[in-house]
Amino acid sequence: MADTVQTWGATATDKAAAKPNTMQLLLRRRSTVAFLMCLPLIAIIVCLVIYPAFYSIYLSLLNKAQTRFIGLANFTYLMSRDTFWMVVYQSTIFALAAVFFKALIGLITAHLVNNLPAKGQRKWRGMLLVPWVIPLALSTLGWWWMFDPTNSAFNYTLRSLGFSGVPWLSDPYWARFSVILVNVWYGAPFFLIMYLAALKSVPEQLYEAAAIDGANAWQKFIHITLPMMRNIIAITVLFSLIVTFANFDIVQIMTAGGPRNMTHMFATYSFLLGIRSGDLPLGAATSLFMFPILAIAAIFILRGVRKRGREIG
Amino acid sequence: MTSITAAAPAGKRLTVGASLRRNRRWALYTSYFFLILFAIFFLLPPYYMIITAFKTDSEMAKLATNPWLITGGATLDQFRILLRDTDFLIFFKNTVIVTVCVVVITMVVSILAAFALGRMRFWGSSILATGIFLTYLVPDTLLFIPLFQIVKSIGLLNSYWAMVLVYPTLTVPFCTWIMIGYFQSIPKELDEAALIDGASHMQMLLRIFIPVALPGIIAAMIFAFTVSWAAFVYPMAFLYSADQQVLTVGTVTSLIRADVYKWGMLMAGALLAAAPPLVIYAFLMDYYIAGLTSGATKG
Repeated sequence: MADTVQTWGATATDKAAAKPNTMQLLLRRRSTVAFLMCLPLIAIIVCLVIYPAFYSIYLSLLNKAQTRFIGLANFTYLMSRDTFWMVVYQSTIFALAAVFFKALIGLITAHLVNNLPAKGQRKWRGMLLVPWVIPLALSTLGWWWMFDPTNSAFNYTLRSLGFSGVPWLSDPYWARFSVILVNVWYGAPFFLIMYLAALKSVPEQLYEAAAIDGANAWQKFIHITLPMMRNIIAITVLFSLIVTFANFDIVQIMTAGGPRNMTHMFATYSFLLGIRSGDLPLGAATSLFMFPILAIAAIFILRGVRKRGREIG
Repeated sequence: MTSITAAAPAGKRLTVGASLRRNRRWALYTSYFFLILFAIFFLLPPYYMIITAFKTDSEMAKLATNPWLITGGATLDQFRILLRDTDFLIFFKNTVIVTVCVVVITMVVSILAAFALGRMRFWGSSILATGIFLTYLVPDTLLFIPLFQIVKSIGLLNSYWAMVLVYPTLTVPFCTWIMIGYFQSIPKELDEAALIDGASHMQMLLRIFIPVALPGIIAAMIFAFTVSWAAFVYPMAFLYSADQQVLTVGTVTSLIRADVYKWGMLMAGALLAAAPPLVIYAFLMDYYIAGLTSGATKG
């Protein structure tokens, strides 16, 4: 870096005459330019992320009309409600179940695609990524239509096979299953793409060495593929946990939290309290409950990404 | 495979080779079989949406017909009703305006910042880079309530310009993050050469970095486009009248009139609304995937 600073802005003739003093000046100017270039970004992050985050904490300490400071009353009120604990329970179930199946399907499909001849892989990969490309709100609408009580295409198929129809969205437990199913459908292709990229980066020699030692496919997977992919699996799972835990679209569109509030997630519940019922402080308090869980996941992701950055470069 | 056949005794080499080839062929067939099953799972909803959009209302009312096929003749009526009798085109126009503005803002802000952070280390730059990554992990559902209050206080509630204001929080951090990676992968010799020729920072960025990192920039642009086209939480919370609404929320909420679900028209709307991202994906799949995978690996 020092050598670029030396030549920067200096012509060949006065280069020799440059003193440390002017060099410092140039250095300062260079960092000033860099800072100015970052200024719009800093402005966006400070004004639209950091400030709202703190404002949210302040807001959650007010009463409904935002006229009086009531301390932690919003939080204690929430914690005294059964519905709130159901939200905690449902969000956890939703995130854990959905992420587990997304990662599993992603891993399986990535292996299947990787088994194909190289020229066919592109086509399959392109086809399997389609759920991820369609805006989630719109594909959820399509799923809703397939779950529709009277016209359900699934129930038609089940009935024609001799089974009875399933109350996809009107029974609380089936509704929980349905929202998780849609999330798995939407998110699994993301895992597929990440794992496929990771599989390609595993050196072929490792597999050849294992083949000479007589390892079968399962042993290769356990002793080579998984350890080599451990980091990327950790990153994608944690990242997906954050996104899935904070999911809004699917539940809002398909059930709006019903039946009997049993599919509410943090996001939809705080939307109901804060925007629909107009109690912004209570809504802010609800969404703030997400923060500790997300923060822990974020710290682990950051560690993983740094480690991976070192591994690669 | 060759290493194993070579290790086998010379007399058995042929048969071992043949059985391995047969095993491999069976592995391939099983792969295809399961992939087809997964493909059916992944493509069933879009397929059903397409089928529904081309059906007549009378066919949909008949519960006895097979819903997975069009049996009563395909029709474009649903699209005609959608475009003539609803606010769909207004939603479309609003979404285009918002998305174009957001993509432009995102690209300007994140190219400048990524250039500074990736190339011109300065005091606090590594902290800032980490901060950007953490901002990317903040979900929109954590911030929409305070942002509602902020948007309201500056008088932008129920205006799509509020979307232009808040969407960059979803796009800028990730785009900056992946662009830092792309800029860092450009060889140092290039900017040294430019510096010797007396180029300014801006000239260096415009003449060297942007052209060389063009694939990364396209990937980031596609990301910004997809995110702002598909955003749902913010318009759901901040917009309520039809003339300001965007496609995602408009299709889901205001196309549903009273208790009658015009499913054919709804699916036609969902298809048209999802078409731009799908078309871009169809043509620029490799950039799309590069942007997706570089988030976790670069930087």
